[in-house]
Amino acid sequence: MLRFILSKLLYLIPTMLGITLVAFGFIRMLPGDPVLLMAGERGVSPERYAEISAQLGYDKPLWQQYFTYLGDLLQGDLGNSIVTKKPVLAEFLALFPATVELAVVAIIIATLIGVPVGVVAAIKRGSWFDQISMTGALIGFSMPIFWWGLLLIIFFSGILQWTPVSGRISLMYFFPPVTGFMLIDSLISGQKGAFSSALSHLILPSIVLATIPLAVIARQTRSAMLEVMGEDYVRTAKAKGLSARRVIGVHALRNAMIPVITTIGLQIGVLMAGAILTETIFSWPGIGKWMIDSISRRDYPVVQSGLLLIAGIVMIVNLLVDLTYGLINPRIRHK
Amino acid sequence: MTETTVKISDSAIRRRMVKEFWFYFSQNRGAVVGLAVFVLLVLTALFAVWIAPHDPTHQYRDALLVPPFWQEGGRAEFLLGTDAVGRDMLSRLIYGAQYSLFIGIVVVAIALTGGIILGLLAGYFGGWVDSVIMRVMDVILAFPSLLLALVLVAILGPGLTNAMIAIAIVYQPHFARLTRAAVMGEKAREYVTAARVAGASNMRLMFKTILPNCLAPLIVQATLSFSSAVLDSAALGFLGMGAQPPASEWGTMLAEAREFILRAWWVVTFPGLAILISVLAINLMGDGLRDALDPKLKRS
Repeated sequence: MLRFILSKLLYLIPTMLGITLVAFGFIRMLPGDPVLLMAGERGVSPERYAEISAQLGYDKPLWQQYFTYLGDLLQGDLGNSIVTKKPVLAEFLALFPATVELAVVAIIIATLIGVPVGVVAAIKRGSWFDQISMTGALIGFSMPIFWWGLLLIIFFSGILQWTPVSGRISLMYFFPPVTGFMLIDSLISGQKGAFSSALSHLILPSIVLATIPLAVIARQTRSAMLEVMGEDYVRTAKAKGLSARRVIGVHALRNAMIPVITTIGLQIGVLMAGAILTETIFSWPGIGKWMIDSISRRDYPVVQSGLLLIAGIVMIVNLLVDLTYGLINPRIRHK
Repeated sequence: MTETTVKISDSAIRRRMVKEFWFYFSQNRGAVVGLAVFVLLVLTALFAVWIAPHDPTHQYRDALLVPPFWQEGGRAEFLLGTDAVGRDMLSRLIYGAQYSLFIGIVVVAIALTGGIILGLLAGYFGGWVDSVIMRVMDVILAFPSLLLALVLVAILGPGLTNAMIAIAIVYQPHFARLTRAAVMGEKAREYVTAARVAGASNMRLMFKTILPNCLAPLIVQATLSFSSAVLDSAALGFLGMGAQPPASEWGTMLAEAREFILRAWWVVTFPGLAILISVLAINLMGDGLRDALDPKLKRS
């Protein structure tokens, strides 16, 4: 197992370096002078220009700049935002829990609904349930989620007035962040109504973000179950006279779950892309909205480091998925 | 026993293949519906000039936010109502089909061409060529697609052309990976060895001998990418980084409509519905294509 983990880690190094190259290249590929971009919209005097240029190391050759950049990264220095002047890493860490909270709730919704729907659709193949749920899954898969979010706002916030339109919690409540997760913090604060306020803010964005993963998980579960149900060991289990529940629950489902777990893990990239749109629609103060705002504000150091951090997280999660896959499926490990 | 060989002409083989393809494709009812909707969409885009009742950019100053005709205050001349500056919704939606199809075709063409060439090189030559190409593809895949497309647009500048290039670059690795896997499977087959022995050049082996046998998964991926391209370009338009106003691209229309969501449901509902229906139709078609083209997945 250790060898398996090490080989996976080694494999990641070139990709990691590639990602840093992309992030490094990003600012240098932008149209216009990087120093002027860094200096902001107002422009600079020639002395100040030389000063910033030296400070940022732009007067050195490119390869040297890259190694300095790598060195800074290794020390946890991701640069400062042009707009807020704060370190990018601090801003990222402050906003990251909001995105994680949204993404975790979304993936829980998607899994809790997607897996059972897929299993039932496979068992009752060809039934009306199968047809309706799979049509629904295909619609979910084809959904422009930014539009879906707007529709939900029109219906639940506009017409029914059940949920708020934006933000993470009502302005009536204020408490210091402990975990950064609003659901937990609101519980800890002990303020009456805070938790339900946080929940009502979270529900629509997490449904929107869950839509595509839900569709993918339901489809994948159904096809994995169908495949497993045709295997010899399932036929043997049936022939032994085991109950349908045992055949499906113990023999079929366990084996069908292997590809499904991978699918669930691979939704992280989808969730990060979805978070950009969902957070923009619901003004959810997370990483996605931060990136969009930074791009439109031309806060390029933020975009550069945000890109790096998000890609890094996606890669680490994918690695964990790979490792889990090896853990539950010995055939992969020993290959 | 005497062996008899029946000589079948090339065109007969082709006809038989098309027939077999259609047999499997038409077994999937959803795929046929998807195809029908897609054909309708193509016709709408092609004949937009004749079908659209109004000029999509003409602003009727006396008809701002007119609701659809069946609602109170609706007018028969604006079947689906008008937007905030008095442009006819129906006409804008019809012209919008042109954008979506154009984006889908261009993105898939660029991604497919680039991906096939890279995948062929990687799979055929192997070794360091393979390592370098595939590592670069891995790096592209490490970024969430929409985020990378956004950043590329930030570099290239907002606009439809740049959005299409960005999306194509992001999709390219999928094609490269598929082509590479298929090439590696085919490379060791006897017909390839035979062609090599007969003196075929590398170029001929790659493009004429191997590639035609790798096309099935690529066609399926191309349909999937087509629908994703329509979605992603609409998302970029929605975020203000794709087609710019006053273009009647559906995502851009949605972005302009955002501030009226609680006042005028139609300006938000119809462009999104148009995106959903097009993407759904293409995905349905893709499912049918996979059933018909991929023998491994057939009947499963």
